[in-house]
Amino acid sequence: MHPFIYVAPRTLDEAVAVLEQHGERARPFAGGTDVLVQLRGGRFDLDAIVDMKGVPEATTLELNGSLRIGAAVPCYQVYENSAVAAAFPGLIDAASLIGGIQIQSRASLGGNLCNASPSADGICPLIVHSTVAVVRGPQGERRVPVEEFCTGPGATVLERGELLVALEVPAPARGFGAAYQRFIPRNEMDIAVAGVGSALTLDTDGTTIASGRIALAAVGPTPLFAAKASAFLAGKPATPETFAEAGEIASTEATPIGDMRGTAEHRVELVKVLTRRTLAVALGRAQANR
Amino acid sequence: MSTTADRPAQEFKVVGSRPVRHDGVDKVLGRAQYGADVKLSGLIHGAVLRSPYAHAVIKKVDVSRAEAAPGVFAAITGNDMPVTAPRLVDMMEEVTNLKWASERVMAHGKAVYRGHPVAAVAAVDQNTALEALKLIEVEYEPLEAVISLEDAMKPDAVIIHDDLVGDHLGEKVPHTNIAEHTRTEFGDPEAAFAEAAHVLERTYTIARAHQGYIEPHSSTAFWSPDDKISVWTTTQAPFGVRSSMAAVLKVPLSDVRVVPTEIGGGFGGKIGLYMEPLAAVLSRKSGRPVKITMDRKSVFDATGPGPGGQVTAKMGVDKDGKIVAATATIRYMAGAYPGSSISAATAGIFACYKVPNVRIDAYDVVINMSKTAAYRAPGTPQATFASESLVSELCETIGMDPMEFHLLNAAEEGTRRPDGPVFPRIGNVACMEAIHNSDHFKSELGESPDGKLRGRGFASGYWNGGGNRSSVTISVNDDGVVSLVEGNPDIGGTRTTIAMQAAEVFGLPAHDVHPTVVDTDSVGYNDLTAGSRTTYASGQAAIEAARQVVEEIKKRVAMIWETEPENVSFEDSVFQNKVAPDQRFTFKEAAGKLGQTGGPVSKTGAVNVRGSGGGSFAAHLCDVEVDPETGKVQILRYTAAQDAGKAVHPSYVEGQFQGGAAQGIGWALNEEYYTSPDGVMQNASFLDYRMPTALDLPMIDAIVVEVPNTNHPFGVRGIGETSIVPPAPAVGNAIADAIGVRMYQTPMNPSRIMEALANKRNGKNGHQG
Repeated sequence: MHPFIYVAPRTLDEAVAVLEQHGERARPFAGGTDVLVQLRGGRFDLDAIVDMKGVPEATTLELNGSLRIGAAVPCYQVYENSAVAAAFPGLIDAASLIGGIQIQSRASLGGNLCNASPSADGICPLIVHSTVAVVRGPQGERRVPVEEFCTGPGATVLERGELLVALEVPAPARGFGAAYQRFIPRNEMDIAVAGVGSALTLDTDGTTIASGRIALAAVGPTPLFAAKASAFLAGKPATPETFAEAGEIASTEATPIGDMRGTAEHRVELVKVLTRRTLAVALGRAQANR
Repeated sequence: MSTTADRPAQEFKVVGSRPVRHDGVDKVLGRAQYGADVKLSGLIHGAVLRSPYAHAVIKKVDVSRAEAAPGVFAAITGNDMPVTAPRLVDMMEEVTNLKWASERVMAHGKAVYRGHPVAAVAAVDQNTALEALKLIEVEYEPLEAVISLEDAMKPDAVIIHDDLVGDHLGEKVPHTNIAEHTRTEFGDPEAAFAEAAHVLERTYTIARAHQGYIEPHSSTAFWSPDDKISVWTTTQAPFGVRSSMAAVLKVPLSDVRVVPTEIGGGFGGKIGLYMEPLAAVLSRKSGRPVKITMDRKSVFDATGPGPGGQVTAKMGVDKDGKIVAATATIRYMAGAYPGSSISAATAGIFACYKVPNVRIDAYDVVINMSKTAAYRAPGTPQATFASESLVSELCETIGMDPMEFHLLNAAEEGTRRPDGPVFPRIGNVACMEAIHNSDHFKSELGESPDGKLRGRGFASGYWNGGGNRSSVTISVNDDGVVSLVEGNPDIGGTRTTIAMQAAEVFGLPAHDVHPTVVDTDSVGYNDLTAGSRTTYASGQAAIEAARQVVEEIKKRVAMIWETEPENVSFEDSVFQNKVAPDQRFTFKEAAGKLGQTGGPVSKTGAVNVRGSGGGSFAAHLCDVEVDPETGKVQILRYTAAQDAGKAVHPSYVEGQFQGGAAQGIGWALNEEYYTSPDGVMQNASFLDYRMPTALDLPMIDAIVVEVPNTNHPFGVRGIGETSIVPPAPAVGNAIADAIGVRMYQTPMNPSRIMEALANKRNGKNGHQG
């Protein structure tokens, strides 16, 4: 392993300065559950690691109707916060799914987003919650919708010197429900063969979908916002038939490859199934939230 | 749970009990010394540069920059290895050609598998060594990689070894990738098929699967200035490592001392040489002890999994369902060098049945992947996936209950195994009866509450087990505790099971026998810990040594009692004068009197156990639930019944049944080398090489069947391996029962299940024959 320096800044400005100095040879570091494994696996060399766990903006979890998750807040702090868990069960689906207990004590949703894996479990739920990524860099702050954050496998919109500060999740509207499920061949320890996050908001009648959002994991170069399937949901009755049709549409938006985790054909089928299943769970949560 | 067959059982005091294992405390406290725990004064660390190509000419290797880097002590290439002439060495579960054994551990001019060592360095620490690898310049000329049976066996195949001369039914054939073609024939299968009421033939494809031991290989060597070599290594075969090290390095056998460390799993995969000679040559160059430890990726890329391949099996039955003939063609991919257990596959494929007419062709084929190694019942799970899936489908075709079919056709005492040997007393039928009487068999499968599909499958299996050479030395201490020195690394609780057999002879508690696994200089020769032989054969060496000790102590107490040794009896741990019955010493009392009666008592049992371990049959029953929307298979319930002859330590026996079943379920459901067309394994990590986790398995019910083995004084059979044989077909048969589609390929993973279901909807069947 190439030797690197470890920097533990106390402010965002310090962190940005180190990242700007080293460019691609530096990485922000939260739990390290991706970066350390990739370094050890020889995927890349670094000159500097910038530990974000001493930066207040990156380590605070704030619930005030909307939810602000610091980029380095570990998953366990999200799912063990009972107010957050009650208000955002769709996010908890992912936060409690990433790795085992030890990993969840280190890994963060922000890190999951920055790692930009197509199969990331954390990203689809953020997308369907219309989450905004708060980015800080040498030019100041900018805000990026999560579905625009990843640009390819392991690639993001972050430019030289930029880092993710926090994720801002809007307060769920009345009648909103969301869910995330993935398919893995075993019952643990696996990367998603396919994953689907779904959200819907019920109209005041309680049976019509006012709006919906569907996002797909592991079926494209990045987690995908399924725009057509999402748009289809608006105005439709919240029924199994609607959900099945949304699944069919979502499957046409998937562009999977076949690899060691599953065939492309299987992944397309899984998108249909998981879309149906997550919409059904989301509906239950939406009904409970009226 | 335990069932005992008819013969009145011997009475045992120790054998059959469940003492705490002798090595338990060290292992629980993390003090046991595994391969990578070896620390020596002046130790430096090695790293191996491995070929990124599956098949390439190595035009140049330049280690000069690495050698010059700060902290680096030595660097070696193939040129530093003595060139070894071809010579065959039988390693029991593996036959090794020494020239290839040498080339396999360090490439000479050509890399023949991805991960093939090309150079190695030793440095002050591991990171320095790894960084130094980046300074080595290698010029490769990539060649077409041969990674399938089809490519390896076609007439104009790319030839991997110019010097491989195939043995094709006794004929020497140069310029081939088919190292061996064997045929076993008996009777006239064609005539029998012609008259059979039903004949079914199918082709099955089995993926190459790794043993998945938790401990990566780690070897440390010190080449002393007086040319004595010491090796500390995680191995099942210290004496095998000694002889192959001596041959590969061209040094006298007795100048090599091999110290086996604790071993974190082997399952057959830790028999051959890997880094031991590299560490030794680096040590000679640097003057320091050198340790090399593999990472997991190297373990997958460069050590030996069990072979994948293809098996075509055909069976004919008469109108009553009695087998009239069976044939098979077995094609295994040995990896980059020959030796893929085709003979064991031939022995095992139809072993559970009476087959009056049989023919089995087997091919050992080289391809550009790391050489396969023994993996628990080598060659047999693959072949049995074919035969037991075929039997299940045949039963379905003729409308016969599989259990009834098995019982009607079951091999028993006196049955000729298809490849020749005649079975002694065996537990084949007893295992099926145990399943038949099990709570599992009697329970309803039940309905899934959420639309999933349930099915039940049955399969049987066989592994012969070996005997061979073992030496055990027992010394009596003054306090009546006995030390027992043995040479078989303990991979399955064998310290305790060997000690218990000695304790049985002495009538002592198991913990009054202290077993130690020692190096090759400190005990007589022992064949490897493999082939289900250790408890069976080294146990007999221990019994032999213990009996000699008893005879010697009889002489000593006879001296004290001024009588003849024949007048001394030994029963229930008490020596007694048959002439003057009030004269008696317990074993412990007698032990305290050895100094006065001629000195220490230390005896060696050195045995060469002829014949097999008696053969251990198994019958497995499996319930699955399949999600037809995703293809996911959940094992709901699993019962493994197997003949242990006599279970020395029933907990370990149950553990072996459960462990083998767990591994076999892994083969069945998800494990495979997922390889790119140029021979690069894509899933070389435990993340994507999907072995079952604890959450993927139910508690596996183990039924210990005990039909005594007439070849062992206590009736013990070797039992470590059979348990991996039936699971793949048992799972496959359960899946077929659940979804109504037969699977002809392992792993039966979710994508394949979905494909099979889609084919069924489209009216296609999945079989190739």
